[in-house]
Order: sequence, then structure tokens, then C-alpha cells
Amino acid sequence: MLAGLLVLLLLGGWEAYARLGGIDAFILPAPTQVAQALWDDRGLLWDNLLVTGQEMVLGLALALVAGALLAIALHAFRPLRRAIYPLLVGTQAIPIVTIAPLLAAWFGYGLLPKLVIVALVCFFPIVVTTLDGLASIDPEQHKLLRTLGASRAQTFRWVEAPAALPAALSGAKIAVAVGGIAAVFAEYAGSENGLGHLLLQSIPQLETARAWAAVVVLAALAVFCFSLLALAERHLAPWAHRPKDLDA
Amino acid sequence: MATRLEAPTEGPRDVEGDVLLEGVTRRFGDVVALDGVSLRAARHEVVAVVGPSGSGKSTLLELVCGLQAPDAGRVVAGRAVLMPQRDLLLPWLDALDNAALPLRLAREAKAPARARAHELLAQLGLVGFERSRTWELSGGMRQRVAVARTLLSGAPILCLDEPFGALDAITRADAQGWLAGVLAREPRTVLLVTHDVEEAVLLADRVVVLSPRPGRVVADLPVALPRPRSATDPAVTALRARALASLRSAMEGGA
Ligand SMILES: Nc1ncnc2c1ncn2[C@@H]1O[C@H](COP(=O)(O)OP(=O)(O)OP(=O)(O)O)[C@@H](O)[C@H]1O
Ligand SMILES: [Mg+2]
Repeated sequence: MLAGLLVLLLLGGWEAYARLGGIDAFILPAPTQVAQALWDDRGLLWDNLLVTGQEMVLGLALALVAGALLAIALHAFRPLRRAIYPLLVGTQAIPIVTIAPLLAAWFGYGLLPKLVIVALVCFFPIVVTTLDGLASIDPEQHKLLRTLGASRAQTFRWVEAPAALPAALSGAKIAVAVGGIAAVFAEYAGSENGLGHLLLQSIPQLETARAWAAVVVLAALAVFCFSLLALAERHLAPWAHRPKDLDA
Repeated sequence: MATRLEAPTEGPRDVEGDVLLEGVTRRFGDVVALDGVSLRAARHEVVAVVGPSGSGKSTLLELVCGLQAPDAGRVVAGRAVLMPQRDLLLPWLDALDNAALPLRLAREAKAPARARAHELLAQLGLVGFERSRTWELSGGMRQRVAVARTLLSGAPILCLDEPFGALDAITRADAQGWLAGVLAREPRTVLLVTHDVEEAVLLADRVVVLSPRPGRVVADLPVALPRPRSATDPAVTALRARALASLRSAMEGGA
């Protein structure tokens, strides 16, 4: 309710500023002009949305699989964790802008380099949260399992993996935010379609309203991916949303 | 030590239900948790261990379960399963599957494991709650599930660490009742750690009193009373007073 009002107020202010402030539409289009572009270019936006959407969803899925596997490996082998964690943090400092063109040069203009870039960016928060999830088991729980005769693999199957599942999905939810930006950069680096590509083309063509429309669609895509993950979490890990109880 | 640190998965089970501690000392750095503790529990005997906080009660149970090794002395025990101070139910499993966990860990198939868990939960008065999520259960119900899980491990020795410590007085009295019932039907060797002297006298065949840290055995009181016992029975209150007196004198001696 309040959020809706706030958005309305913001859009109203923007509209007034753009219309009455004598600003050129190719510098700052009014929200109504963006809405117009959304409608006029709907076919174009939809086609490009499908491309970027595919990059995002597959990239996130790839990051989830790779991130979870790496987290499991790091969890299972302590020395590996100490050796690799700092390196992982280091990879996050590499600016995507610089490696995106390299990847395009290696992998071409297809889907693959985009997947790699999106996954590379999304992967880190997933590894961090999954590792935390795996390590979050109460030491008393481990004692109980040992007296029950649980093997290492059984401990993983019955306790650690279920604990890590909602953590991994939370990591993916965080990753959605950076994933969208990564997809755009990946398309900047070399692409014939996608929302990022559309964005890059629209600005020199002075189609600023279309560029903003692409941004709106990109934001909607991020919200969609986020909701998808939230839905998956509610279905796969309902206990993560239980009312707080003292134990566990 | 007969208890293993590496858990067995299959193979012949140790049906040995005796527990023997001889001059057991356990240190953590400079802290001496247990100092020359000797204790015996015969097969199917229920031994209550009472003592002030920090007297090494949980440590004693972990030694019996093979989770720790003594620094001196000897621990001989068959397969013992620990029921920790908190119930530690897994929130991703419902009540039935939590109870059936030890059977699944012993590689029993899902259906028969659930059937056995169902039967035991029914005995414990949890009919209708088998499919409840752990957070939908009351504290007393959670404790029943945890006890069912402990029993279904099939271990001859149960180490219960303050199983009812977190329950209110009425739920606790109720819990003592059903635990006594279950043990009457399915006798096991039980080491029951508790803060509550009355609980010790109501449930145990013997009450062992530990001194404040470093924990030593200061009294070993037999409870030769018929079951079921009532808290208002004069024999029970008399024994309770004796146990309390030795606990109090141990605390004064230790201070
Ligand atoms: N893993 C450990 N590392 C260091 N000190 C420990 C460890 N486990 C126990 N201790 C110490 O040993 C002593 C006995 O601990 P223990 O938990 O056995 O006591 P307790 O009788 O169970 O107490 P409470 O009634 O409060 O549960 C305490 O002083 C405790 O700090
Ligand atoms: Mg304790």
C-alpha cells in the first residue's frame, strides 16, 4: 500500500519533471513515454526478453549446480576450503566488463559465453550461503547421529543436505540481482540479440524511451527469477519458513 | 573401550547391556570434569545421575556413548545411544520420520521403518500427530518423538541427558509416567541425567550423586521401591530427601 503510493509519487514527480522541465525526450523520457515504448515495441522486447531470460534462468541453474557442488567439496575437505576460499573471493574482484569480451572471443557470440558470465557472477553468493548452511548443523546433532551409527554419507543425506538446500536457494536469490547486470554486460561484449543488446543499440539511435522500456523488462525478469526461487524454496524447503521455535 | 568411535552400520549388534566405569578421569585443558568416577549399571537397570551444573554429567554420558575417551580409567559399554539435552528433531522430517530415523540409518526400507515408528508413537500417545511438522508439536510431544527415536535405535543402552529439563511441571510429570511405561514394556539399560532429584527417585533403580566439579561419585542410593511410583508416596519423599541431603552436603563440601 505504502510502497504503491511511493512509486506513484515517484513516477508522478518524474513525469512532471520530464514534461514541464523542458528536458529532451531522448535524454529523459517521461514514464508515459516509456509505457508507450513498452507497448509499441512489445514484439521486439518480447523476443529479446526470451533471449536474456534464457541466459538468466540457465545461468542461475548452472551457478546453483556448480556452486552447490563446490560448496560440498569445500565442506568435505577442510584444507581445500582454506586454500580455495580466498581465491574465490579474489575472482569476485575481477571486473566482468574486462573478461566478457575475452569470453566472447573464446566462446563466440552464442549462448555459452553469456551462461558462463552469468554463472560466474551468481556462483559466489551461492557458494557462501551453501557452505554456511552445510556448517550450520548443531554439534549436538552430530553427536546424536554418531551414536545412531550414521556414516559420513548418511549424515550428508539426512542432515547436511536438507539444511543447505534453503541456504543455496537464498544465495541464488541474492545472485539474481547481480545476474541481470552480468547478462547485460555479457550481451554488450558481443551479441546480436537480448535486452542488453537492445539497450546498447537504442541509446545511439536516440531511442531512449525504448532503452528505458528494456530496463523495465529487465527488472521484471529479475523479479520473475526471484519469485521463481522463492516459490521453489517454499515447496522444497517449507521448514525454512516455519514459525520460529526454540529448538533446531 | 568396547564402544566404537567409528559407527558400525551393519553386522552383529553388541547386545551387551552392561555399563562399567572404573576410575574414570576426564580433563579439558585445566578443567577436570570427572575425577576418578566409578559406576556400574547392570543390564536393564535404570541409573539416575544427579549433580550440580558443571559436574560432568553430560561428559559422563558422552564417554559411555564413545563420543569421548577418558584421560584415565576404563569405560566398558555396549552400543549406547545418546539423547542430548535438546530434542534435536530434524525440521525437514515429520514426527514419524524423525522417530524412524535410526531405522533408516540402519538401512531399513521406508515402509517397515515407518510402520515400527508408527506403532511406538501410538504407544506414546501420539496417534494423529505422525505427519505433523516438528514445529507443530508441543514441547511434550517433541520429547516423545525424541524418546521414540532413541528407543528405535535398538541400542541396549540409552543415555538420556535431562530429557524433560525443558518441560513445565505438569507435562514433565506426564512424561515421567510414559517413560516409566515404555521402559516397563521394553526394558533397557538407562543412564538418566537429571537436575530433578524427584524424577531420579521416581524413575531409577539407583541414584548416583556427583559432587561439583571435579565430578566424583559422593553417593549411590538404591531405590528399592515397587513401580509405578508416586511422588507423594512417603518412601519416595524420604529417598528424595536423602538424595537431596547428599547433593547439598556435596555442594557445601565442594564450595
Ligand atoms: N568439549 C569441552 N571442552 C572444554 N570443556 C568442556 C567440554 N565439555 C565439557 N567441558 C567442561 O567440563 C565440565 C563439565 O561439563 P558437563 O557438560 O559434562 O557438565 P554437566 O554436569 O552436564 O552440566 P549441566 O548440568 O550444566 O549440563 C564443565 O566445566 C565444562 O565447561
Ligand atoms: Mg549437561
